[in-house]
Amino acid sequence: MDVDLAKLAEIDDALKDKETAHIMIDINRVISRNDVPGLRVETVEKKDGVDVKVKVEKGVKIKKEVHMCFGVTHSRALQRINMEVDVGDDASIAILSHCIFPKAEDIKHIMEAEIHVGRNAEYRYIEKHIHAMEGGINVYPKAKVRVDDGGKFKTEFELIRGRVGVLDIDYEVEGGKRSVVEMSTKANGREDDIIKVKEVAFLKGEGARGALNSRIAVRGKARAEVSNKMVATAAHARGHVDCKEIIQDDAIATAIPIVEVRHPKAHVTHEAAIGSVDTKQLETLMARGLDEEEAVDLIIQGMLEG
Amino acid sequence: MLELRDVSLKLNGKWILNGLNAEFWEGHVHAVVGPNGAGKSTLAYTIMGLEGYRNIEGDILFNGESIKGLSVTERARRGITLAWQEPARYEGLSIRKFLMASSGGRGNVEELLEKVGLNSDYAERAVDKTLSGGERKKIELASILAMKPKLVMLDEPDSGIDVASLEKIFEAIKLLKESGTTVILITHSPAVLKQAEHALLMCNGMIVDKGRIEKILPFFEGKCVPCKHKNIPDLNEKEEDEDGC
Repeated sequence: MDVDLAKLAEIDDALKDKETAHIMIDINRVISRNDVPGLRVETVEKKDGVDVKVKVEKGVKIKKEVHMCFGVTHSRALQRINMEVDVGDDASIAILSHCIFPKAEDIKHIMEAEIHVGRNAEYRYIEKHIHAMEGGINVYPKAKVRVDDGGKFKTEFELIRGRVGVLDIDYEVEGGKRSVVEMSTKANGREDDIIKVKEVAFLKGEGARGALNSRIAVRGKARAEVSNKMVATAAHARGHVDCKEIIQDDAIATAIPIVEVRHPKAHVTHEAAIGSVDTKQLETLMARGLDEEEAVDLIIQGMLEG
Repeated sequence: MLELRDVSLKLNGKWILNGLNAEFWEGHVHAVVGPNGAGKSTLAYTIMGLEGYRNIEGDILFNGESIKGLSVTERARRGITLAWQEPARYEGLSIRKFLMASSGGRGNVEELLEKVGLNSDYAERAVDKTLSGGERKKIELASILAMKPKLVMLDEPDSGIDVASLEKIFEAIKLLKESGTTVILITHSPAVLKQAEHALLMCNGMIVDKGRIEKILPFFEGKCVPCKHKNIPDLNEKEEDEDGC
């Protein structure tokens, strides 16, 4: 797969649009960017990556999704992105982050983020990865997040195209009064891929709500370990931890949902299911003429893309 | 079209199907009726070759060819299919993708939905728990229409369906018949039985009567009451009850 990120910036409709903010980084170079009023982006190019500071001014609602593209078009590289995000009170922003590693043979992509979501502010971050089929990539997304009273924090991480390689997610979020924390991870592992998901949410404020959802499929000799934790320490805090993993072949999947409640008026639930594809789902599709592999692929595709 | 030759099936040490002989003719609507536990659904699963239902005695011929050793996919590719009483749910899988997969990529999704009484807004919804039982039955039926099978078995097609929707289901059965599909209705409902031309009456894993529905319907409505074999069929208890089941 040949991808020229600079060329992509010239032809992609969203990236050409002057009302759509974007930033495009190839290893440690910012190769394209566009800012919009109310959004301040500062970047510092480093030896092995880029420091990015994102600030949304108080009360500013960024209308169009901000596009961030962190790519490595080389086969071997280390890319370290340090992000600092500050969403001011009553502000809102949605970021669509594409991470493209089309030729990866030995690539390490490290993302360390510190995120602050102000009072009644909203921050939505959708991260989609597209990897090569060779699997030589290690992805380490790490984030510490603080969500103030009434704030909303939502992330969706998706790695369902190409090989995972090694994925090690480590997110920790604290939510204030009436805050909302939602984290969702979808990954599709094969061969010797390794998927680790660790998401922790502290519902500290009264009436805080949280949901941690993981949908993982592993086949071949891939391994997945999901250890999500939700801690509710305030009255009327509500949360749910949900993990579903489909395994095939010699793959191994583990789910460790931890719920901790430290207030008698808080309530947190969890659900975890690991197993092969449901027989009735499989046989229904086979009774329509799909072979077993096609049926399994469609079921997994539904779970991961739905 | 489809012929059962002395078909028997033992599950967990018990004979669930016991020496079945029957023929299902091309382009006709047949019904398999009988009380709960008679073996009706088991017969459908056996014809479809589902996991756990393939180790039969006797033989099943489809257009003269034995399908006994064939997988579910191989049977489906010969034109045999099944609609479950309780259709499967698929997290995240859109109705559009489900119907396209069922049609081998050649279906007109909006047209299929219309045929089962659903509007095109359903196409992007998922085949999951957000659909009611009746909606899922209709989607299942749309997937059958998408496939254009030669033989379809509809297991309890009226379960979970309201009266208005039932008419749509009956219309779909007519559509299948008009297109030359052989339909086998698995049912214990007289209303569904009336959609058929021929019927087999099953009890205790055996066919106890067969013929045109004019003959079977009164017998089924009046005389075939649940008997002591219900849900526990056993070859060692083959003698008939007083009610004839």
